[in-house]
Amino acid sequence: MILEMHDICKDYTMGGSIVHILKNIDLTVDENEYLAIMGPSGSGKTTLMNLIGCLDVPTSGSYVFNGHDIPSCSPNELADIRNKDLGFVFQTFHLLPKLSALENAALPLLYGGVRKAERLEMAFEALKTVGLEDRVDFRPDQLSGGQCQRVAIARAIVGKPKLLLADEPTGALDSASGKQVMELFAQLHEAGSTIIMITHDQKIADHAENVKYIYDGVLTGGALYE
Amino acid sequence: MAENISLAFQGIWGHKLRSFLTMLGIIIGIASLITIVATINGTNQQIKENLIGSGTNVINVNLTQNGYVYDFSYSSIPDGVHAITEEDRVYMETLKGVDSVSLFRKRQWVDGVYYKDTSFNGNIYGTDAHFMQVNSMHITDGRGFAEEDLYEHHKIAIVDAKAASSLFAGNSAVGSIIEIKGEPFVVVGICAPDTTSEPVINNLQDYYMYMDTSSGTIYIPISCWDIVYKYDEPQSVAIKAVNTDSMATAGDSVSNYLNERVIENSESPYQYKAENLLEQAAALQELSNATNSQLIWIALISLLVGGIGVMNIMLVSVTERTKEIGLKIAIGAKQRRIRIQFLTEAAALTSIGGVLGVIFGIGLSLLLSSVMGTPVSISVPACIVAVVFSMVIGIVFGLVPAIKASKLNPIDALRYE
Repeated sequence: MILEMHDICKDYTMGGSIVHILKNIDLTVDENEYLAIMGPSGSGKTTLMNLIGCLDVPTSGSYVFNGHDIPSCSPNELADIRNKDLGFVFQTFHLLPKLSALENAALPLLYGGVRKAERLEMAFEALKTVGLEDRVDFRPDQLSGGQCQRVAIARAIVGKPKLLLADEPTGALDSASGKQVMELFAQLHEAGSTIIMITHDQKIADHAENVKYIYDGVLTGGALYE
Repeated sequence: MAENISLAFQGIWGHKLRSFLTMLGIIIGIASLITIVATINGTNQQIKENLIGSGTNVINVNLTQNGYVYDFSYSSIPDGVHAITEEDRVYMETLKGVDSVSLFRKRQWVDGVYYKDTSFNGNIYGTDAHFMQVNSMHITDGRGFAEEDLYEHHKIAIVDAKAASSLFAGNSAVGSIIEIKGEPFVVVGICAPDTTSEPVINNLQDYYMYMDTSSGTIYIPISCWDIVYKYDEPQSVAIKAVNTDSMATAGDSVSNYLNERVIENSESPYQYKAENLLEQAAALQELSNATNSQLIWIALISLLVGGIGVMNIMLVSVTERTKEIGLKIAIGAKQRRIRIQFLTEAAALTSIGGVLGVIFGIGLSLLLSSVMGTPVSISVPACIVAVVFSMVIGIVFGLVPAIKASKLNPIDALRYE
């Protein structure tokens, strides 16, 4: 088991009143699982993703990720967990415009304290995995959207994380590039990666093994409720 | 760290114009600081060199009253002060640090001195036969004073080049007769300092004298002094020290000897005192420092303004790069790492500004010295301090933006448009 959430709640204070974004979420993800979490906008799926990704801490409930009790971790410990055990893929790629594909892919290793030569070698391997070994020296503005997202995926997998988190990975892509990216996720899953994908698109969700639905902060469906 | 620095330089190089404009305040501040310090140093060095007198190692010991040099022009002969004898002079030459000793009397800004209808208002010295040697001077034309001139009270005079030109205006000086206080004196020689063309400046008065009038000096035998001035006027003593380092020792031992020997009462207000040239140099330097140090404050204010400019641009840069910072935090950069990144960038920016400022400052100093003749001396420690100081400015003023960057919430930062 990679992660186990139990009775997770997340509240925000907005204009003086408390809004319950997530309500009593239970979620477990096993090794090599490929899970899609679907929900319309405003359903709380991004908040859930931030919690899973250790970018945020829950208001209440327990969350154990890869053996770490997340609510009790310090900001530095969370940074380490995000760096070593998590890989993020964002809808809008978030590549650094001044860095080459290779340097972008190597970025997490920089913060992990890996030495430069090793870093660039690992980044090259990751770019090879996503099929961009002939684009290593290109900057993001010289790459297509699909290629940018593949660089971002290379960056996510470069440190061989325990969990790959993708937030609408095809949201900014045309359908052909989107398809390529989804094929890439399927390959990674086949090679043993654990993936959680957040989307509002049923077609994208269909690529996953399991699908769970979130409405108004309540997680339903999937294996647990079948 | 090396990685951080190289990233910081890439960032600066990536925004050349903006970085340069940001640095401008620092560049101007540091450049003016370097120029001001160079000017202060140059002036100080010039004062010191002028006062100490191009290595002649001469110290004058004068009679003082309550600490001030006794001025015989307006005062009567002091009580209880005996004349210094030839035996005393010979003995003083054996004192520690002393090479040779000469006795003299002098007047400054004299009146009643004429050649035909030209008047002279420089210095008159009554000197013995040792004066030229002690003061490292030599005769360039005619002759010097012989022993007989002194014994027999010959009314003769030696003039220096300045006095010669101001009195005789190109005519031959040797053989001319000048009038001092109604007495005729025959000019027998022209003298000049041995070394360089630097003026021999022995004390503060001489310094001002040189700066103000520069009409030169006339030397007459000390034995003729009472013909034109007062009887029994206590002499001054010129000492040639063995070397520059022993000038203070020589001055002290001679003045102590004289105070015991020729001053009757040890409680007397009259004391022989060696001119402390270094002290006088320091006093003059202090004067020039006082005016220049106000300029330093102005330069420091411009550095402060430069620092605020850096802070402003760094804050803009943090806002601009919110997404980048958000991403870095998301993929595991710790707060400390983000802080260091921005601090390094600010410090690199201001350090480059500091180095450019030093280069501009050196250029400006050299320009000033060649165009306006201002004495400058570039201070290497000041250059090093300036660069380090500008780096510190970067760190101090980079702190607020760096902390702001490191405190960004990654979720909000990633969504920032």
